[in-house]
Amino acid sequence: MIDFMEHNIYLDNNATTRLSEEVLEAMLPYFCNNYGNASSRFYKIGRDAQDAVAEARSKVASCLGAKPNEIYFTGSGCEADNWALKGIAFANKGKGNHIITSSIEHHAVLNTCKWLEKQGFDVTYLPVDSEGRVSPESVESAINENTVLISIMTVNNEIGTIQPIKEISEIAKSHKILFHTDAVQAVGHMPVNVSELGVDLLSLSGHKFHGPKGVGALYIRNGVKIDNLIHGGGQERGKRAATENVAYIVGLAKALEIACRDLDKNTKWCSRLQKKLIDGIEERIPYCILNGPRENRSSSNVNFSFRYIEGESILMLLDMNGIAASSGSACASGSLDPSHVLLAIGLPHEIAHGSLRLSVSNETTEEDIDYVLEVLPQIVQRLRDMSPLYEKIAHGKE
Amino acid sequence: MYSEKVMDHFANPRNVGEIEGANAVGEVGNAKCGDIMKIYMDIEDDIIKDVKFKTFGCGAAIATSSMATEMVKGKTVKEALELTNKAVMEALDGLPPEKIHCSVLAEEAIRSAIEDYNKRKGIESEDSSGCGFCCKKCYKNED
Ligand SMILES: Cc1ncc(COP(=O)(O)O)c(C=O)c1O
Ligand SMILES: [Zn+2]
Repeated sequence: MIDFMEHNIYLDNNATTRLSEEVLEAMLPYFCNNYGNASSRFYKIGRDAQDAVAEARSKVASCLGAKPNEIYFTGSGCEADNWALKGIAFANKGKGNHIITSSIEHHAVLNTCKWLEKQGFDVTYLPVDSEGRVSPESVESAINENTVLISIMTVNNEIGTIQPIKEISEIAKSHKILFHTDAVQAVGHMPVNVSELGVDLLSLSGHKFHGPKGVGALYIRNGVKIDNLIHGGGQERGKRAATENVAYIVGLAKALEIACRDLDKNTKWCSRLQKKLIDGIEERIPYCILNGPRENRSSSNVNFSFRYIEGESILMLLDMNGIAASSGSACASGSLDPSHVLLAIGLPHEIAHGSLRLSVSNETTEEDIDYVLEVLPQIVQRLRDMSPLYEKIAHGKE
Repeated sequence: MYSEKVMDHFANPRNVGEIEGANAVGEVGNAKCGDIMKIYMDIEDDIIKDVKFKTFGCGAAIATSSMATEMVKGKTVKEALELTNKAVMEALDGLPPEKIHCSVLAEEAIRSAIEDYNKRKGIESEDSSGCGFCCKKCYKNED
């Protein structure tokens, strides 16, 4: 059944995206030619580097509706999350020690919260509904006199749920509590405006929108007090030490500029492919469950559980057919449990083990989706024919 | 991450299926763990004439199921009981460390099928090993 024709279809764009040629071109001058240190103002290549970082900062700020001096470049999305949480927690130690977050955050937030608990902070991990949505009411009722920070992601990376950030930020504001959002999966994929969302801090990462890996940014609203995560020199206005990674900062900004310019076109395209995938899978494959919402879902994300089979074996057969995807199964992640997100939306373990995430980008084609819709049903059937759990179903039908 | 042998047994698993009228059937693991193996044997005069399996699980679970069935086919019941997951792993040129627990399944499934065979013959044997909780996943998830 498996045809070994050469295919090279990348459907793991929520994990990372391809660096676009335009971005690479913008970065290249800052490796071998304009290699100056952005803090060295007394000669030209230093000033060039400084100008490039300043221009990048302005671009990122304008994409987010922020001021340039509210943008701080970091070494990753993960660092931005760590900084937001630890920096706000420690800067407000005198005020209180309680943090509210959700149970479906990225590990960058969850494991930082777990560490903060060891440092004496209290963390509330809010549950989500069956589509992965945090209810604003649950946020409000979790607030107590010690609450200093609320952190809820804008878009979930596994099941694409878009959270009611605006509603939550209004609650935070009315209680004078700082609000951070991990917008790593949102920025470059949907309109993200910090003043419209009403957030105080926002994390983003370059490699999720065709920029480079290993560079991110944290938006910190002017007036918000935050402790440093990285101590050292005076870079990033004394808030984040380390010689600026000029090429990567330039690349992140260029990629974001393009993503914002093409946002409408790209989200329309991705939504169309997303619908085609969801409809096609539901039409062709019985006993499947769409994980995450049908509405209010990131246009890049599709996540299904296929009953009676396991995710890693789906991934391996997809890979043999030239399709790259991911799964929340325990075996696929090399951890002992299936994805915390799938468990949090109430999936039993055996259904969480059978999950498959297919994430598209503006570079995905209709033909890619057609091919997946041709191959995936065969793979699922092949594994079901091998599954003792499916045996009863198969016999019942015969 | 997997050896060529593992990939071969995963892509072209040997002995997949059921045996109608099998006189030894064993099933181990549970869906919570993420791996379940069911094994069917046709045993005649204590010799495993035919063996088939069905597995719900990852690449390592499927490959070890396939290899283990190959290794016991044609063997005596006594020989089959001596098969260890270590031997199956070695035959597959090894498994990544986090996948070792998946390979225990095949050894347990074979033992469970032979217990079933003995039971049908009226021979009592040791307690069924069942899932064995070898991977400790179930313990961890009990909260
Ligand atoms: C929601 C979310 N937060 C944080 C991160 C971490 O970003 P980075 O890979 O840049 O550290 C990711 C991606 O891996 C993510 O999807
Ligand atoms: Zn496994």
